[in-house]
Amino acid sequence: MSMLLTLLRRETALAWGRGGGPLVAVGFYAGVATLLPLAIGPEPARLAAIAPGAAWVALALATLLSLERLFERDFEDGALDLLLLSPQPLELTCFLKCVGQWLATGAPLALAAPVAAIGLGARLELAPLIFACALLGGLAFSFVGGIGAALSLGARRGGLLTAVIVLPLFVPPVIFGGGALDAFAGGLPWTSGFALLGAYAAGAVALGPFAMAGACRNALS
Amino acid sequence: MISALAIKDSAIRRGGRLLFSGVSLALEAGQACALTGPNGSGKTSLLRAVAGLVRLDGGEIGFGGMEAEVARGDGLHLVGHADGLKSGRTAREELAFWVSWCGGTPASAQDAAEALELVPLLDLEVRRLSAGQRRRLAMARLLAAPRALWLLDEPLSPLDARWREVFGGLMRRHLDQGGLILAAVHDPLPLPTLSLELAA
Repeated sequence: MSMLLTLLRRETALAWGRGGGPLVAVGFYAGVATLLPLAIGPEPARLAAIAPGAAWVALALATLLSLERLFERDFEDGALDLLLLSPQPLELTCFLKCVGQWLATGAPLALAAPVAAIGLGARLELAPLIFACALLGGLAFSFVGGIGAALSLGARRGGLLTAVIVLPLFVPPVIFGGGALDAFAGGLPWTSGFALLGAYAAGAVALGPFAMAGACRNALS
Repeated sequence: MISALAIKDSAIRRGGRLLFSGVSLALEAGQACALTGPNGSGKTSLLRAVAGLVRLDGGEIGFGGMEAEVARGDGLHLVGHADGLKSGRTAREELAFWVSWCGGTPASAQDAAEALELVPLLDLEVRRLSAGQRRRLAMARLLAAPRALWLLDEPLSPLDARWREVFGGLMRRHLDQGGLILAAVHDPLPLPTLSLELAA
């Protein structure tokens, strides 16, 4: 048990160092929130309409940025070999790597998401739902993204390959989360979108580690 | 605990090229084997195959009746060039993590750090360590988390004369305690060993 806790601590610390952490999250959101009005035009009505969606897409992209190194560094420096030589199943190790990634990247981004959305003009009462969606969505992005990161191990330009593998898998959570936010903003029933997002995240958490472990074993042998 | 290592008629193919075939080895508790051969002859691949990280393309590897998954889970250590140490973290953090991951305790990590004279280096980032210091840090887990079979990939190459001597002593002690060592080397180890040569 203490073995698993030390692994989680290490993974969180490493993820924090490779592009997680509050400063990076806030910086990334500040960048997106500044670029969007410049690109789309500063009319408040238009910005307010796209604000929750923009925060949501930024979350997906920010997760993608930090995914590349999730397995790649451990693969290159031999740590993955040593993580494998343990009584702990590799599936559990992959699970903890993704949880660490989520704690260091997804959680700070989820905190930053409502701030960015409100900065773009979203209504204040949307904030809790944006936060909840970002938290759940971040979990789905980490675990689904982990599969892509593990599959592209050893490939040149692995980051690009990860993005190509993972972006289509990011579509359902983006649709569910975006749908829930839209429905809530429009005063419609929003729980079904949120529940589907939760189901997708739960599926990713349950099945992702098996796919990641298989991909890691394949990359090593 | 692993009491024997038996490699029977093994063959490994990497990238379409046959590295070796028909390689066999029987190693008993208390024995060491020096694995030699020119660069690219498959020494590292054989070590990784014993660790279960590379699939054999023929033959089999047995651990004296122990189930392979159990034996690999907590019965062997692999120390090679890719040492798994993160250059941006401190030696102390890396030592603590790997010792704990291999089943050791903070106290055993401290003992190993003292035995390998790592204590004054522990607050440095791993990137600041020399190759030899870094290798000693990787070796600390051999001492801190006892496992029967040591798979060593050129263990002595970055070490200076004094540390080669010290590590030779540690290897002899490990064998006296019933351990097994399979080491890929270019220079002879400072202890009596079996030998296995891979052809080019």
